[in-house]
Amino acid sequence: MSRPVLEVTDLKKIYGQGEATVHALRGVSLTVERGDYVAIMGSSGSGKSTLMNILGALDTPSSGRYLLDGVDVSRLSDGQLALARNRLIGFIFQAFNLIPRTSAVANVELPLAYAGVKPKERRRRAMAALDVVGLADRAGHEPNQLSGGQQQRVAVARALVTEPALLLADEPTGNLDSKSTDDVLQVFDDLSAAGRTIVIITHEKEVGDRAKRLIRLVDGGIVTDARQSPLHLPPVGAARVAHGRAMVAGRHTR
Amino acid sequence: MNFFEVIRFSLRGLSANKLRSALTMLGILIGVAAVILLVAVGNGSAKAISDRIEALGTNTITVMSTGRGGSSSTSLTKDMADALVDEQMAPDVKSVSPVVSSSSATMTYEGTDHSVATFVGTTPAWFTASTTPVERGSAFTDDDVAQGRRVVVIGKTVAEELFPGVDPIGKQVTVGGALFTIVGVLADKSSTGFDDANDRAVAPLTAVQQVLTGYGALTSIIVEAADPDRVDAVQGQVATILNQKLDVDPSSTSTPYRIQNASSLLETQSQTAATFTTLLGAVAAISLLVGGIGITNIMLVTVTERTREIGIRKALGAPRRVILTQFLIEASLLSVLGGALGVAAALIGSQFSIVGVKPVIVPSSIGYAVGVSIAIGLFFGGLPAARAARLRPIDALRYE
Repeated sequence: MSRPVLEVTDLKKIYGQGEATVHALRGVSLTVERGDYVAIMGSSGSGKSTLMNILGALDTPSSGRYLLDGVDVSRLSDGQLALARNRLIGFIFQAFNLIPRTSAVANVELPLAYAGVKPKERRRRAMAALDVVGLADRAGHEPNQLSGGQQQRVAVARALVTEPALLLADEPTGNLDSKSTDDVLQVFDDLSAAGRTIVIITHEKEVGDRAKRLIRLVDGGIVTDARQSPLHLPPVGAARVAHGRAMVAGRHTR
Repeated sequence: MNFFEVIRFSLRGLSANKLRSALTMLGILIGVAAVILLVAVGNGSAKAISDRIEALGTNTITVMSTGRGGSSSTSLTKDMADALVDEQMAPDVKSVSPVVSSSSATMTYEGTDHSVATFVGTTPAWFTASTTPVERGSAFTDDDVAQGRRVVVIGKTVAEELFPGVDPIGKQVTVGGALFTIVGVLADKSSTGFDDANDRAVAPLTAVQQVLTGYGALTSIIVEAADPDRVDAVQGQVATILNQKLDVDPSSTSTPYRIQNASSLLETQSQTAATFTTLLGAVAAISLLVGGIGITNIMLVTVTERTREIGIRKALGAPRRVILTQFLIEASLLSVLGGALGVAAALIGSQFSIVGVKPVIVPSSIGYAVGVSIAIGLFFGGLPAARAARLRPIDALRYE
């Protein structure tokens, strides 16, 4: 077994001071092996978004250790952090976070641009990623010309496009209709089947059921951590893989 | 992520809000154009004034009588003019030209009348001393003056009025009842003030005194210095001789004559013009500053408004340097483009004369104006951008 993709030890996050102190995370320890598909469930205010932001290297913990791919994130310089976010992590936000007044394909290209990929190659890969989420025909649309579901699918394509080792999704299906939800989850299943590591936050049971491992978070602490399907096998959802999807997933295999 | 890519991002950022970008550039454009153009106008008017003064001759002084009327004790005479030619007392004097002039002479040729604005009677030295060379024909000679010959050199305007399409040289005109023979035409001369410097006629001193002014006082004496540097020395020497001749008490502060020194006049004038130019430049610099504040304001708004976008970009792996560069380029593009358009506008504007002055561009003002606008753009655009680029991504993303 190679080293874990993600290893957090006694992670704490405290907001505010004195009377107003809020313990968003009260010592979370978690190890995610390569190829795992983890769903984190919890009610609002349980600290799951805070955990996600720390895992995505967007925020820093108050205390505790976070090893990403064996590297202590707290010791990375600003430039190295930027590199880690670009190469290792694909982040899907709850609020889409597309860049306004910029076409869908340009949004998807953005991480590749920061990675230094040549424009031609960039366009090709961005279009392929948009095709995965079924929006190739909307490539030229700007975010305000797309529905919420479509915007989230563009954001998914943007997270996929760098083929990151770790895919972090913060309630990705919260704003999607059932058809889009199914499409996006299918993409996650395919990626998981292809060996990619995925951590997803949700409060939908349907989403949690498809993951290989389900973690429940209450008041900033892990209460249950259950394996639902074996780590080395494809997730349950991948059984429904269509032929075309398998092709796409295959491309993401290292 | 190469540099061109960052420039493309910046252009996209600017074109996302075209009207705002255009208005910001307009602010800088007006500021830069105003600085360059107003300094050019100041410089142009200074140049025009000094050209006019130089046309009077910078190495000459003009002695004029301050006495009203013809009181013989205070008026300038031919005798005094002759006394100024003195190797011992006035070694720096090159030539002395006594001048009588009449402003009421009418010249008639074959029934055509022309009232000559200034009819000058003098000696041949006048032509060089007053920097009024003869263009065609020839000047009169010392011999003509001695003999009182009635020959005349006329200005351009007189030639055009009396002899349209005809060569005036050798023709005879009637002035004050006497016949004068035209021997030459003066070269074109730029006019001083409202008077037409080409509307004049120049004849030997003796002839003019005989025909027009009588043998009374001289109007003025033009003294030419041997060297432009010696003008002040000449002024002193002339004053000494005249004080002797006119029996002026050396302790007296008032003299019956006045010495006009073209070079000191020029100095005073150029000092005035420099003050004027500085004043115009200062006013324009304020408008440039306002334009710069416009850029600062827009960059502040842009960065604040796009803090979320900066957060997204950082989350996607944009290094701080790239984000900072993008905003710096946006700011400098605004100021460089605005500045370049401002220079273009100023160059076009300087082709026209403004309030009667032909602007003369001062090259350093271009560098100064553009430099200041770029510096303002970079500094005040860079400051908020640097702050935003330093934020943790999550703080930038949460920014409202």
